[in-house]
Amino acid sequence: MEHVIVPRSTYYTIFAVLVVMTGVTTGVAFFDLGLANPVIALSIAVFKASLVVLFFMHLKYRSHLTWVVAGAAVFWLGILLVLILSDYTTRGWAWF
Amino acid sequence: MHDDTTASPREPSLQHHFDDLGQQHEAATLGMWVFLATEVMFFGGLFAAYMLYRVWYPGTFGAASRTLDITLGAVNTMVLITSSLTMALAVHAAATDERRKLMAFLAATMVLGAVFLGIKGIEYHHKFVEHHIPGFGFQFEGPAPERANLFFSLYFAMTGLHALHMIIGLGIMTVMLIMAWRGRFSARWHTPIEISGLYWHFVDIVWIFLFPLLYLVDRHR
Repeated sequence: MEHVIVPRSTYYTIFAVLVVMTGVTTGVAFFDLGLANPVIALSIAVFKASLVVLFFMHLKYRSHLTWVVAGAAVFWLGILLVLILSDYTTRGWAWF
Repeated sequence: MHDDTTASPREPSLQHHFDDLGQQHEAATLGMWVFLATEVMFFGGLFAAYMLYRVWYPGTFGAASRTLDITLGAVNTMVLITSSLTMALAVHAAATDERRKLMAFLAATMVLGAVFLGIKGIEYHHKFVEHHIPGFGFQFEGPAPERANLFFSLYFAMTGLHALHMIIGLGIMTVMLIMAWRGRFSARWHTPIEISGLYWHFVDIVWIFLFPLLYLVDRHR
């Protein structure tokens, strides 16, 4: 548990993937794909962030307690974003 | 938990309220993760505001977004990702007791961080020349300049808060470099390097989201 030494080759691989994905997301932005544009851009961002968290920040090798803390951060951010959107985007709906 | 820890001589870097270095290390990294969770909330408010206004004013936000320099944004993303690599390699060097490499990678991380801030400064200067800074004779050539004002307010708040974190990061790395130079770290104890790395990677992640949200989402029009 104490110190897991991740081989350097892992870091180089992750770095290469991050660089490629940055190129892909920048390139895709120039094509009009409608609603898919923000979906692709944010999916790639989430993928890149996950790689950084898992490997550069060693979450993959950490205790379950650390996973709970990291997961809680994402979960609460989700509450913030989803509840704000569900409120403001539905105010024009006149059902009642 | 208290079994045979008294048998071996006490580690100088072990604080008295921990059983062993493993427990101390676990507590330190977990504490850093808790801090980073609060940072997610800190940035989260700005991201929420940006998301909401982007949904409300897609046209003007798209037009204002397209005035940003995508090349500088992409280059800065590469710079920051590279600095995350050198930071990860610095933690690796600390864990394998390679002091010179540790110092070199810390210095490389700081140089890349400074390059990022320099490029950000060039972008801010462009915005200043174009009168796109809210509150300083703001002008925007479009149908709804007050909405563009909102975009640039959020742009400067989000990138400014991120840049502040970078500057704080450079300060932290300076302290780490001095501690490394004085030989404070070993393969058994280099927790400050590791939790500083966690902070640096977190700031990188914030930019990983800022880049597509601010520069990319409406680029194709």
